[in-house]
Amino acid sequence: MTTQTKIVPIPLWRVRLKLFWKSLRSSWALFAENPVGLIGLGMIIFFGLFALAHPILMNTVWEPRVYHPTMGYDMEIAFHPSQPSARHLLGTDPLGRDVLSQLMYSTRYEFVLGILSAVVTVVIATTIGAVSAYYGGIVDTLLMRFVDLVIMVPFLPILIVMSSLIKIGMLELALVIGVLSGFGSTAIVVKSQALLVKVKPFIEAARIAGGGDFHIIFKHMLPNLLPIALLYMMFVVTGAIFSEAVLSFFGLTTIEMSWGLMINITQTQGYLMRFDTWFLLIPASLAITLLCAAFYLVGRALDEVVNPRLRRR
Amino acid sequence: MWKFLAKRLLQMAITLLLFQAATYFLIDAQPGDIADIMTMDPNIPPTERQRLRIELGLDRPPAERFLIYIRNFYTGNLGVSFQEYPKPVIQIIKERLPRTLVLFLSASLVSFWAGFVTGKILAWRRGSFIEYASTITGVTLYTVFTPWFALMMIWLFAIKLGWLPAGKFLDPVKWIGAPVTSNMIFIRMILTATAALILMFLGFWLSNKVPRKQRFFVRLASFLLPVVAVVLYWRLSGMGPYAWDIATHLILPVLTVTLIAYGGTMLLMRTSMLETLREDYIMTARAKGLPDNVVRDKHAARNALLPVWTGLVFSIGGSISGGIITETIFSWPGIGLALLNAALVADIPLAMGAFTIIGVMTLASHLIADIGYAFIDPRIRYH
Repeated sequence: MTTQTKIVPIPLWRVRLKLFWKSLRSSWALFAENPVGLIGLGMIIFFGLFALAHPILMNTVWEPRVYHPTMGYDMEIAFHPSQPSARHLLGTDPLGRDVLSQLMYSTRYEFVLGILSAVVTVVIATTIGAVSAYYGGIVDTLLMRFVDLVIMVPFLPILIVMSSLIKIGMLELALVIGVLSGFGSTAIVVKSQALLVKVKPFIEAARIAGGGDFHIIFKHMLPNLLPIALLYMMFVVTGAIFSEAVLSFFGLTTIEMSWGLMINITQTQGYLMRFDTWFLLIPASLAITLLCAAFYLVGRALDEVVNPRLRRR
Repeated sequence: MWKFLAKRLLQMAITLLLFQAATYFLIDAQPGDIADIMTMDPNIPPTERQRLRIELGLDRPPAERFLIYIRNFYTGNLGVSFQEYPKPVIQIIKERLPRTLVLFLSASLVSFWAGFVTGKILAWRRGSFIEYASTITGVTLYTVFTPWFALMMIWLFAIKLGWLPAGKFLDPVKWIGAPVTSNMIFIRMILTATAALILMFLGFWLSNKVPRKQRFFVRLASFLLPVVAVVLYWRLSGMGPYAWDIATHLILPVLTVTLIAYGGTMLLMRTSMLETLREDYIMTARAKGLPDNVVRDKHAARNALLPVWTGLVFSIGGSISGGIITETIFSWPGIGLALLNAALVADIPLAMGAFTIIGVMTLASHLIADIGYAFIDPRIRYH
């Protein structure tokens, strides 16, 4: 009598989770090889903690009346802006508000802005790329001409005009940047990747099994385009944070507090070209540069994970 | 080729028209028009405001005004600026376009060339200390907050060291009683510089034909002679001080835009070169026993150039935007500054003129980049 082996059915989601975990681990190993990517990730985590620390500090150590980023005022100091001291680690701005508190408060909005606009851009770019590659022909031509148009339009002047047209807050800005900036080049890259995926046997199999166009594009093609889309997301984040800072610097947004606005205030109050009030200009500018650089570095490291030809080995 | 060019030009015309329509309605949709801004004084009666509006044609519906604008535009009439009322837009653009073009062209050419050369060398020496240092510099230049970088440049070179003026196109004090306008001098500067560059280029090209021993002297002569000729020309014409004034004002903005554009090109060239170095034909070239610099320059860099050139096409819009930021910070009176000022006060004709010029510049550089691609990559032929 033979012992019958019992087949225990493993649910599909567990198989998928395991596969996902496995690919994540191997990707992480590749990513961790590169010091550049780790530095970028470290900087992003630092800024994340920096942003999280603000509400905690406001509720415990910092008195809201003095340290509120937009409405605070320190009465105990006679003249503002004041130099860095134990009370205000980065000094106060010309309106008597704590610079460090402003810096921390703005960080979370930069994250929200960058990631939101990157998601919008990548969703548009991936959809255009996948649809264009899948259908080809007239759809492809029309979409690609549209993409060409988007690439050619100088983005910043349009944004400047738009800013006087609508009251641009953080959310509107994220959407506008997401829709207008940079999906052109991302769409082209995604499309070239989609053309490679389209001729793979599993797409053919899905079609023979009776899958509709919509099903094939979104269930079979998109998962294979996600790595490259994620990679370009990083670069879009950099662009979005930069654009917001430039617009705020020119005083064209209605955002209540951001790094670009801090520089704008420094300029309008006439403290720009003075080295004794460095704490008004340098921290905010450096924060913009570092956060942009962090996302860019992570993007570059991901590039080496996604694109095997760039690896050292 | 000609068929491709014709098709492409047609596409460009359509794109430009779409671009003009989009920007016109965007500017037009702003709340408040120039009449509101001009008659801000509460003592001015509303009837006057209405009269002004009718005079400027702002009382008609936007679609009608757009059609009139387009008809005028393509018959060569760009209207008059609302801000500087009787001054025609075409005159403002004629005055300002050379300034922007010089800034944009010199920065693009220098940064592209420098990025190509350094990126090539960095990829070749992968893992060395200098590679890490340069990559960090490149990433910093690529991601630095442009206005801040420009301000730091001003602070360093104009305020701390005092070598260069802080901004603006010229120093008005030096131009009191000048016999010529600044633009005449500037145009002549562009012409002499272009002529000198062409001579240098020809000299270098010829130097490859002479024997190796004399090559150095030919190159030295072809570099020095045009420089001496230009200096002599300005000395003899007596306009030297004026040209020098503009030139010193030009250095800082050009340097800033060049450095910012350089970072991206260098990083892209490095990545592209790393990819190319893994190709089999590089292995073959090495196995054949070719010298290192031949493998690097003729086999690897030549092929690695292709994606960098594509990257250049993508980045043209970005560098024009960057030019606008730089023009604003340096108060460099070019198209970008005109656009920013015009857009903020709803000066529709001037803003549209500036927008169209920027659009044409972008489209033209895209076309040039695309045609250049066929020369760089012999596999590409346009039909």
